[in-house]
Amino acid sequence: MSTPFAKLPGWVEYALIPLVNLAVAFLVAGIVVVFVGENPLEAARIMITGAFGSGEGIGFTLYYATYFIFTGLAVAVAAHAGLFNIGVEGQAYVGGIGVAAACLTFDQSMPWYLVFVLASLGSMAFGALWALIPAWLQAYRGSHIVITTIMFNYIASNLMLYMLLNVFKPLGQMAAQSRTFEPGGQLPKLDWLLSIFGLDIGGAPFNFSFLVALVAAFVVWVLIWRTRLGYEMRTMGFQPHAARFAGMKSKRIIVIAMLISGALAGLMALNPIMGDQYRIQQDFVSGAGFVGIAVALMGRSHPVGIVLAAILFGMLYQGGAELSFDMPEITRDMIVVIQGLVILFAGALEHMFRPAITAFFARLGKSRSEAAAGA
Amino acid sequence: MSDFAIELKGIDKRFGAVHANKNINLKVAKGTIHGIIGENGAGKSTLMSILYGFYQADSGEIFISGQKANIKDSKAAISAGIGMVHQHFMLVENFSVLENIMLGAEESAILTKGITKARAELKRLEEQYEMEVDPDAIIEELPVGVQQRVEILKAIYRKADILILDEPTGVLTPAEADHLFRILAQLKEQGKTVILITHKLREIMAITDEVSVMRRGEMVATRKTAETSVEELAELMVGRRVLLRVEKGEASPGDVKLSVRNLTVRDSRGVTMVDNVSFDVRAGEIVGIAGVAGNGQSELLEAIAGMRSATSGTVTLSGQPVDVTGPGDPADMRKRGLAHVPEDRHHTGLVLKFEEAENAMLGYHGDRKFGQSFLLDVEAVRKDAMEKIEQYDIRPPNPRLKTANFSGGNQQKIVLAREMERNPDVLIIGQPTRGVDVGAIEFIHKRIIEMRDQGKAILLVSVELDEIRSLSDRIIVMFAGRIAGERNPDASEGELGLLMAGVENKLEAAE
Repeated sequence: MSTPFAKLPGWVEYALIPLVNLAVAFLVAGIVVVFVGENPLEAARIMITGAFGSGEGIGFTLYYATYFIFTGLAVAVAAHAGLFNIGVEGQAYVGGIGVAAACLTFDQSMPWYLVFVLASLGSMAFGALWALIPAWLQAYRGSHIVITTIMFNYIASNLMLYMLLNVFKPLGQMAAQSRTFEPGGQLPKLDWLLSIFGLDIGGAPFNFSFLVALVAAFVVWVLIWRTRLGYEMRTMGFQPHAARFAGMKSKRIIVIAMLISGALAGLMALNPIMGDQYRIQQDFVSGAGFVGIAVALMGRSHPVGIVLAAILFGMLYQGGAELSFDMPEITRDMIVVIQGLVILFAGALEHMFRPAITAFFARLGKSRSEAAAGA
Repeated sequence: MSDFAIELKGIDKRFGAVHANKNINLKVAKGTIHGIIGENGAGKSTLMSILYGFYQADSGEIFISGQKANIKDSKAAISAGIGMVHQHFMLVENFSVLENIMLGAEESAILTKGITKARAELKRLEEQYEMEVDPDAIIEELPVGVQQRVEILKAIYRKADILILDEPTGVLTPAEADHLFRILAQLKEQGKTVILITHKLREIMAITDEVSVMRRGEMVATRKTAETSVEELAELMVGRRVLLRVEKGEASPGDVKLSVRNLTVRDSRGVTMVDNVSFDVRAGEIVGIAGVAGNGQSELLEAIAGMRSATSGTVTLSGQPVDVTGPGDPADMRKRGLAHVPEDRHHTGLVLKFEEAENAMLGYHGDRKFGQSFLLDVEAVRKDAMEKIEQYDIRPPNPRLKTANFSGGNQQKIVLAREMERNPDVLIIGQPTRGVDVGAIEFIHKRIIEMRDQGKAILLVSVELDEIRSLSDRIIVMFAGRIAGERNPDASEGELGLLMAGVENKLEAAE
């Protein structure tokens, strides 16, 4: 006795429902803006022009999006295997060691593209390492990965402080950060990419790691939908019992999925360290790991969705910065509220409007087929 | 007052593109037992869900005892006097019978007064309908048949005049089923109306006054039970003539392919589920394991398939010993020529969210033909799936469709095609036709016999005694984890039923 399966057309599932959620999020955010005493339409205008109105704005938006593509992919890869990796924040942070070590060691002796290769491998290795312990604990000791990865975020934060103060900080430096890298430790800006569209990058730190992020998105797509490993991961994620039936080695898959997830998280460190600041600083992840959860949720763990959702969140970051600058009533904290609303409606309350939309399309389908029957 | 307890007029319901109920008209006379039959996905459950307020009909009217009723949720259904006994019981397992009966009808925040009242009322109902139940027994300690009685009492306690039972005998032994039918007859005598949803035609013939047949969302016929036959009903259900009896020749058993010795399996709580079981399956024969669900059959199959580790015992597959007490390796068992059709296709045999083609290789996804490297050759996967779809007539023939969108019968065919087409030496099959429509059952049974005639050793587990009897060459009955006896397939249903209920066991122990 099964319940008939109601299916929505693809464009409704993947475009209309997210857009409706987004619209409601902005509507509620608009109401908040009204309460603060500002004009919501004006605020929206500032936000959108701030994010997309100029070459520099777009550069910043895509710079922020780069963070979120990496962290969103990291969350998504784990999610496909049924694992909630909440530790992307910490894995990205520790991944910074790999980037900084490569840059500090070779920035004076090698060109950037060689240092970049080493920095990528290093960041992936350190990010994966930080995911390995929770993964092993989950697979072989049954410790819940959500708990352990949260704990590892705290450990990462203290470990990195130690590393910054005792390993990376040059003598005589007051802040917890390394020296500035020489050109060999600097990724090129993507000003040429924007200038193709006649845009001027201005001071935006939009850099090479954006392209790395797009490549990573493609690789994740291949991994999930075109490899045996991805197939096994998805089987695990959907139906652990079926994975057991099919003879899949679930413990191994848990560890591998988390290593890949951690490696993707680690890669994120390229963007701020090698692409923008040219040094490793305290708290350079600044919450991007957690935003990755929302991005993966909104992008439905699909690389294309993740890239789009990452750009949306990049817009919120960049447009939000402009907004708090132009409207003094709207503080940075207000921007966080708006971002929170988007996460709430697009992520947590994702299914809120689904029944109504499903019912609407059911009615539509019915009247259509009746019309067809009448004709 | 109307003579009809329930009257449905023009009930119509769609789920997206699926037209689950098309203009259904149904009249159920007061004080009768009315059967509703139909294949899986024919719309029986949807119709009853509308009647019980789980779904709203898109159009149509419901009349209860002649009064137009607006049943917007199950609360409204209960107050209209409708009670439902679900296939899977809605009981709180660690509550007592009395607590379950009261649940949702406590009347006040302090329970003391309600308990006294409920206890008295329960006693009265038990006497009136001759259903003895200990009000203080804990549900999980009661046999399934008694749990079902509690469900019925629960409905009557809520003043139900109309009782809907959804596949009530699926979990019962033949004796328990007989007891249930006596209860239903008693309820009818007391003026209650019973609607019985089932796919077992013999039950319909045995107990109902009238029977309605559904097919593809439509109500195709209503007959007086006395004036119809099993053959006619089967034909109405499927829309064509069906072979109810499996035709098969004599088995010619060869060498022992699967040998199980002293197998004992404990579950995670340490409860012994399979207790010192030994048997052989030879090439070219079907050994059926009969038994009421939950008597160790599932654990037995899983232990042989390598999905569950056994506590002790040995299994020999094609002459090679298998390490059954280790962690188990289903992939290795496949390599050694064992194919497994698991009991639960929804959670084990298939990933419902996968495309059909992805399920068609589950467990065999490491094969070279699906890609030479770590990459999957998606074209090869879909081509292979398409070949199986054609051979097994899986509908719709679309390897890219989500598996959840296939009917139960077609889902089962996906699993069977995958496991049978590997040409295994030993095939173990759990519940081959659970939730599968009549037309597909015929096909599946034929394939199983074909496999036998090709010289495969087949171990078949089913809770459908009819299925076991018609397919098996030898029948082993399991009760409480032990082999209660072995019989020939021509043993009478009563004899097998006693073994299934563990009666003979007790007699032997007493001697």
